[in-house]
Amino acid sequence: MSATVTTQLVEAPVETAARGTGLLRTALHSRRLIAGLCIVGFFVLLGVIGPLLLGNPNLISTDRAASPSAAHWFGTTDIGQDVFSQTVVGTRATLEIGAAAGLVATVISVIIGIGGGYAGGWVDEILALLSNVALVIPTLPLVIVVAAFVKNTGLLPTIFVIAMTTWAASARVLRGQTLSIRNRDYVLASKALGEPVWRIVLVEILPNELPIIVSQFLFSMIFAILAQAGLAFLGLQSPDLLTWGNTLYFAQNAEALSSGDWWWFAPPGLCIALLGAGLALINFGLDELLNPRLRVYREPRGRRANKVSPVAGTETQQ
Amino acid sequence: MRLRYVGRKLGFYLVAAWIAITLNFFLPRLIPGDPIAVIINKQSQTGSVPPGEADQLRKLLGLSSGSLISQYGQYLDSLAHLRFGLSITVFPTPVVDLVRQAIFWTLILVGVATLFSFLLGVGLGTVTGWRRGSRLEAIVPATTLLTAVPYFWLALLLVYLFANKLQFFPAQGGYDISLDPGWSGAFISSAIRHSLLPAITLIVASIGGWLLGMRNMMVATLAEDYVVAAEAKGLSSMRVMVRYAARNAVLPSVSGFAVSIGFVVTGQIVMEQVFNYPGIGNLLFNAVQNQDYPLMQGIFLAISFAVLGANLLVDLLYGFIDPRTKEA
Repeated sequence: MSATVTTQLVEAPVETAARGTGLLRTALHSRRLIAGLCIVGFFVLLGVIGPLLLGNPNLISTDRAASPSAAHWFGTTDIGQDVFSQTVVGTRATLEIGAAAGLVATVISVIIGIGGGYAGGWVDEILALLSNVALVIPTLPLVIVVAAFVKNTGLLPTIFVIAMTTWAASARVLRGQTLSIRNRDYVLASKALGEPVWRIVLVEILPNELPIIVSQFLFSMIFAILAQAGLAFLGLQSPDLLTWGNTLYFAQNAEALSSGDWWWFAPPGLCIALLGAGLALINFGLDELLNPRLRVYREPRGRRANKVSPVAGTETQQ
Repeated sequence: MRLRYVGRKLGFYLVAAWIAITLNFFLPRLIPGDPIAVIINKQSQTGSVPPGEADQLRKLLGLSSGSLISQYGQYLDSLAHLRFGLSITVFPTPVVDLVRQAIFWTLILVGVATLFSFLLGVGLGTVTGWRRGSRLEAIVPATTLLTAVPYFWLALLLVYLFANKLQFFPAQGGYDISLDPGWSGAFISSAIRHSLLPAITLIVASIGGWLLGMRNMMVATLAEDYVVAAEAKGLSSMRVMVRYAARNAVLPSVSGFAVSIGFVVTGQIVMEQVFNYPGIGNLLFNAVQNQDYPLMQGIFLAISFAVLGANLLVDLLYGFIDPRTKEA
């Protein structure tokens, strides 16, 4: 039950009141979770609404390399494009790539991790070997070489190439968890009752791993956004795509930083960092929610000793 | 027992190496059109192509006549003799020579930076985990933000600040180009000075991962009975922190090395682009720019083998740190 609530928290913070008020109350006390949800929610809103409100972000004007002003909040590029519009409109493609690549990677890792872990035997051996190998083979060089060989760097190939290189770590985590769950009493009970395999996997095992899956999804989303920015920086992304990474690529090509146009270079990087931090905060918040050990009890100074850990006690007594 | 652990690890990395080699075999098939014609055409633009080159390329790229199996055999044969073909970028230098020159720079810089990052991150993670709830906790969100910043963005910013504005470090290159490469004191000190800023950016970008993992493991380990028992015995808090808690908490960080080294390699490829550092990442980037397929393949294999080797080393080390692995 707790698992379903947490995913709802991630997807749509508004609907959470429906179930699990106890957990919700704890969730509302997690400052990290709230902060993370606010940040990510803001960017999602920006990505959905932003492009509708602003005109063509690639429009060229005579206002070249202008510093931030009332007309151009984030200044303009060297050919007079409005950096604010570019940043806002770029939010959508950036989020799309991040979410889609994260989703594909998560689906692959669920199939390989949970499938292998539950099936056991040689199927598990081979799938585990596969994910371990995928983990040690350096991914970025592979992505670069594949991208250079294929010569097609639109939205879909980017999503798949990034997803293909990120699934392995979460597959390994999920497999370990599945191996531990598959022998628990309630799974054995449903097996004894003759439930079909798909039902055991989907109803008994999957929901119990949902917190891990959500957390892995958030991490692969961060990774995907960073990877796309990296590919764009190396010039391996189609210039037609408008993402934060591509804006940075053009800024770097025009030597924005060394010629003093910091307003062109700073916003996309800060947006990536902020969004990444927001996603990570949601993850930590969820962790705290589901793993009470990580929760920090902020108590009045003198009394903190006994609760935090027996070890910290000696520190405060000194 | 120990022998079996070593054997199993060796076996795994052999399989991984074989998969990397096989992936490499299939890569040229992704090139649209006839790769041989494309490559020979490009090579002939920069110099005269030796007569056997087309044939050699066909073997190397696994595109010679005959069945897939015999193509694969000829490809393996080429690799075994270190025949990676001729580069297009610096024609007609053999790919092997280019890779050999570049990987030296990369291995030293990345090796040192990774070691420092690991030691610093694990050290800071130990202390923040130990003093949970103290003001040190502020490090955690700060490093979270750092890990989410695109590496090249951070690096360019640091270059701008420390190299362009303050002129503490040289901004570009791996050494002073007016000096002759060699083992002279002047050259080595110039190389070290050029490597400081790249190393710092790599450390800053990768330290968060180590720190966070170590901190969370410390928190979990501190709740264990043996830590409480050590405390109750009245051992000094330094001893409990290092010998009892940290020693056990560090294990997942070591075994998770594979994931981290991937991060470092990624950072290093982009880093070399930012600093125009004469390493393997820079070579790869130039190869991509010039559509130098043989060079790209050679680099991919070289990086793969370096990463696999590093992981094998760490895994074998792990067997010594954690005696339990040998029994499994």
